[in-house]
Amino acid sequence: MTAPLLSVRNLSTRFRTERGTVRAVDGVSFDVAAGETLAIVGESGSGKSVTALSILRLIPDPPGKIEEGEILFEGRDLLKLDDAGIRAIRGDRIAMIFQEPMSSLNPALTVGMQVGEPINLHRKTVWAKALDKAAELLGKVRIPDGRSRLSSYPHQYSGGMRQRVMIAMALACQPQLIIADEPTTALDVTVQAQILALLKELTREANSAMILITHDLGVVARYADRVVVMYGGRIVETAPARQLYKTPRHPYTRGLMASVPRLDGDTDRPLVPIEGQPPDLATLPPGCAFAPRCKEAADRCRSERPPLVESAPNHFSACFFHDRLAS
Amino acid sequence: MQAYIVRRVLALIPTLFFASLIVFVTVRMIPGDVIDLMLSQNDIGASKMGREQLEKALGLDQPMWIQYGRWMGAILFHGDFGRSLWQNTPVNEQLLQRLPVTFELGLMALIVGLSVAIPIGVYSAIRQDTPGDYVARSFSILMLAVPSFWLGTMVMVFPSLWWGWSPPIQFVPFSRDPWGNLSQMIIPSIILGCALSAITMRLTRTMMLEVLRQDYIRTAWAKGLGEKLVVARHALRNALIPVVTLIGLQAPLLIGGAVIMEQIFVIPGMGLLLLDAVSQRDYPVITGVFLIVGVAVMCINLIVDLSYGLLDPKVRYR
Ligand SMILES: Nc1ncnc2c1ncn2[C@@H]1O[C@H](COP(=O)(O)OP(=O)(O)OP(=O)(O)O)[C@@H](O)[C@H]1O
Ligand SMILES: [Mg+2]
Repeated sequence: MTAPLLSVRNLSTRFRTERGTVRAVDGVSFDVAAGETLAIVGESGSGKSVTALSILRLIPDPPGKIEEGEILFEGRDLLKLDDAGIRAIRGDRIAMIFQEPMSSLNPALTVGMQVGEPINLHRKTVWAKALDKAAELLGKVRIPDGRSRLSSYPHQYSGGMRQRVMIAMALACQPQLIIADEPTTALDVTVQAQILALLKELTREANSAMILITHDLGVVARYADRVVVMYGGRIVETAPARQLYKTPRHPYTRGLMASVPRLDGDTDRPLVPIEGQPPDLATLPPGCAFAPRCKEAADRCRSERPPLVESAPNHFSACFFHDRLAS
Repeated sequence: MQAYIVRRVLALIPTLFFASLIVFVTVRMIPGDVIDLMLSQNDIGASKMGREQLEKALGLDQPMWIQYGRWMGAILFHGDFGRSLWQNTPVNEQLLQRLPVTFELGLMALIVGLSVAIPIGVYSAIRQDTPGDYVARSFSILMLAVPSFWLGTMVMVFPSLWWGWSPPIQFVPFSRDPWGNLSQMIIPSIILGCALSAITMRLTRTMMLEVLRQDYIRTAWAKGLGEKLVVARHALRNALIPVVTLIGLQAPLLIGGAVIMEQIFVIPGMGLLLLDAVSQRDYPVITGVFLIVGVAVMCINLIVDLSYGLLDPKVRYR
């Protein structure tokens, strides 16, 4: 087996707040192979964005800090690079697409300049050439009339169009890895599907790997090769997408599935939301973080934290009862 | 854009009309009548004239509204601001002589103020809570607290006590001796500029901190840009939009400050002219100066509004 493109090892990111230290990401490890799409799912506040931002060292410090771990990208630890080193990776080898298309583009700069900027920066291309490339990229993300759009500003675009611009920007330097943090959450349902399909198509075409962050398991089934399920800043289950979908081995994953409509399944099945609130990361209980909301929870779950174990080949679960859940 | 400017200029007319009316009436309500002053100073031959004759000669015997009508009419139709009551020289001449001096002082103070305020404000924001930031903020508070007339007076007094040096006060016009003129104007400009920079600096810092928290700044970092480009290309422009508004609001402050500086440093600008005119109750001169100042403030605000378009693409002049 060849080494993965990205290998996150035991990543822990904390925030110091008035309420105490928030362990937003706590001992997270996963791999992304070249060309593969890895989905990270979980409820709001489970640490998905913090994981993504940690990879590019974009955590605002203070209050945040990457306390420990390794982020090996093409064999190099990104956490050990100097300032210039990490800047050379950002936007060039690893690009990021953010959740909020309305606020993630600079209102005072033209679209052409913003899309062409990574090319000008990393390829040292003169602006005229970078803008040519930007026009081409806008065409790729199906913004009609790319050339004349170069001099327009973000406020002249709809949310979906802006997200296309973000995608064009991310693709500019043909990165090996694109991190898309809930790229469609802020968009209309009809636009969501278009954007995701476009993203998938373009990453496949460029042979880029993708980390797709979402809380929509329907999206996962369709676009991801593998899935990481996060809860309370930790990974609770990870498996190939198909396998996870067929036999979830963690009660939280099951809960998530029951709470969204299945693409393939019976439409009569009632939707059951997970009861209770996501945990407060500043005051996590000693045992399993999901125990307070878990129907299967035993005494052991409340006192001892279940480790992430290989429950089936390539299928890891952090539940004491992973075997029972599968049967 | 052109239509916008035309409309803005047309909108100035009623404002100017009311401003002129208020100025015209209020200067005549300053206690102490010009006729009394003249009668008490016999040297202009007033002793030979009685009160009525004097009023008649100066046109002050007419009802106020007729006086206003004549004054306004002369300005509108002949561009004539009238004659000084004391020297009998045309007010136009005096204004024309004094205006460039004040303009120069104001412009220099503005340039000094901005080139102090913006870089330091930006620095203060990107190095928030460092010693440099504290020094910059303390300087800003100091400048807010210290009145510029006091600072100006100190600069006039102390160097001459300590080193026998004092700022030059024999005014030389720019056209005759540019270097001498600038070296004379630079000290009051720095004092006035620093006073103006205090608030601008604080606002720049606050806005910069606000902008640096925005999502699009995170996007800029994620592209791999270094701090210089993130700040200069992505943050500064957005942070400066409210700062430009502030500059417009400070225009009257700038002019007021210039009047004080002219007095301290004996610079023959509009300020000095105004002070002399007020003490002599020279009505046409006072009203003329105020009218010009009013027009100047309105022009500055128009320029400010137009410069938004350069910074904020969302602004459309319709
Ligand atoms: N700048 C910050 N300061 C303090 N705490 C933060 C900060 N950013 C994130 N956190 C904390 O980290 C935790 C994880 O946040 P994160 O943004 O990763 O969640 P998420 O899984 O992306 O959720 P969502 O689906 O809402 O985007 C949250 O509980 C939040 O309180
Ligand atoms: Mg998030």
